[in-house]
Amino acid sequence: MNLIKLLDSICPDTNTSEEKDRFYSRRDAFRQFGDFSKKVALGAVPLSILTAMPKVAKADTASLIGVLNYALTLEHLEYRYYQLALDSGVILAAERPIFQKIRDHELAHVRFLQEVIGNVLNGNPVPEPNFDFTVGGAFSPFTDYPTFLALAQAFEDTGVRAYKGQAGNVMESDVVLTAALSIHSVEARHASMVRRLRTKKGLDTQKGWITNASRGTLPAATQAIYAGEENVTHAGVNVNTLTQIDVGAVSEAWDEPLSMNQVLDIAGLFLSTNQAG
Amino acid sequence: MKNELIKPKGLVKENPRRQFLKMGGLTVAGAGLLLMGCNDEDSMPDMSGKVNLGSGDTGILNYAYALEQLEAAFYAQVMMGGFFANANAEEKTIFGDLEKHERAHREFFKVALGANAIADLEVDFSSIDFSNRTSVLAAAKTFEDLGVAAYNGAGQFLESADLLLIAGKIVSVEARHAAAIRDLINPNSVDFAGDDLIDANGLERTLNFQQVLTAASAFVKTEIDFSGLPS
Repeated sequence: MNLIKLLDSICPDTNTSEEKDRFYSRRDAFRQFGDFSKKVALGAVPLSILTAMPKVAKADTASLIGVLNYALTLEHLEYRYYQLALDSGVILAAERPIFQKIRDHELAHVRFLQEVIGNVLNGNPVPEPNFDFTVGGAFSPFTDYPTFLALAQAFEDTGVRAYKGQAGNVMESDVVLTAALSIHSVEARHASMVRRLRTKKGLDTQKGWITNASRGTLPAATQAIYAGEENVTHAGVNVNTLTQIDVGAVSEAWDEPLSMNQVLDIAGLFLSTNQAG
Repeated sequence: MKNELIKPKGLVKENPRRQFLKMGGLTVAGAGLLLMGCNDEDSMPDMSGKVNLGSGDTGILNYAYALEQLEAAFYAQVMMGGFFANANAEEKTIFGDLEKHERAHREFFKVALGANAIADLEVDFSSIDFSNRTSVLAAAKTFEDLGVAAYNGAGQFLESADLLLIAGKIVSVEARHAAAIRDLINPNSVDFAGDDLIDANGLERTLNFQQVLTAASAFVKTEIDFSGLPS
């Protein structure tokens, strides 16, 4: 099973009754092999959030669950990546606290999303897929620190674009939208820190913000993560023409979204061919 | 500043206009056409110099425009100050970029709002010592963190998905700025996403209109009426 198929099965368009039927039957199929528990012990989720969830129509709930399961899959990926790196010892001792902090946030996001999907929206949180962060042996992030940092940047910059791309799809629920925005900015803080850390270490010349569509010294396979970031026109206004500020700086000042399919193409690289399902 | 209390917003939006805007796929063609509906009178400065942000999505955009005005004015002044003149190469790059980014944001909102744009705010940075690194960095941290919390808190009130996306494109850049400034203050620490901002669920704080404008009022002389914003 690949990631795209996995997400396709839980993230449908629910515009027609036919699609809805297909969705629910797929979800039932998921239930059979999922070994996750809905009873996530998570005292940290404020009661106010849990009790304040909007009562939305069933189709809207299904749509929200789909988007949140997509986000959960990305958070699983990020959490597992940092946890394996911390376990491996690849991270420079002086910089471990940075990645422990990022790991803590990603784990908190996993638990928060599981809680919202499972216990608030009464859906089924996707189980964690099996990842292959070496991409079949092409990368060595857990033995080579620069590679670890490069992929960390790739994941964080992807995460920012992924959440941004879904904001409009969850806006019917104020609570879900605000939570998504509040995760989105945390991912952006991570991205800025990792990007600048790589540059401070002489591994790149990238800044905390993305200039044009530059991937810097990241592998060519990551170019899709930066494609489109060169945009300088927003709501029909070309801000370079308007302000005469250079194109590079204007491109830095707006981050661009990625669609679900674009993100899944990127994330799919890191999915193991060996999946429990 | 007026101190209208912001009441907690209802959690479900059953707003027909919002539905209409989503269903209709609001298209935005350019300057001044960004917003449906008009409230020119609300957002024009009155004789007292007070500005009224207006209501609906116009009001939210004027709110963002006010914050971007504040940030842009701050960085413009940083560039002329003693700290910047003596800053190291990394700091010069960062502050040079931030000045351009915030100026670009400000000019974008101004043209996007068109006739609905509030007047230029009169700022007051007398509490900031622009020759002092610590003072400048502390102020930059305040502005950037405030900007992130403001956009995160306001997103839920936008009715247009197009405007929500534009706000999303900007807020992540503000978060990138905030993390960089925090790292300049305390290098290679965990402050870039500190526990003072991020809760146990990994969620960054949000602030409502009143909280943000109260914090901003320390640096703005112009009185800002935000009574038309959602409550």
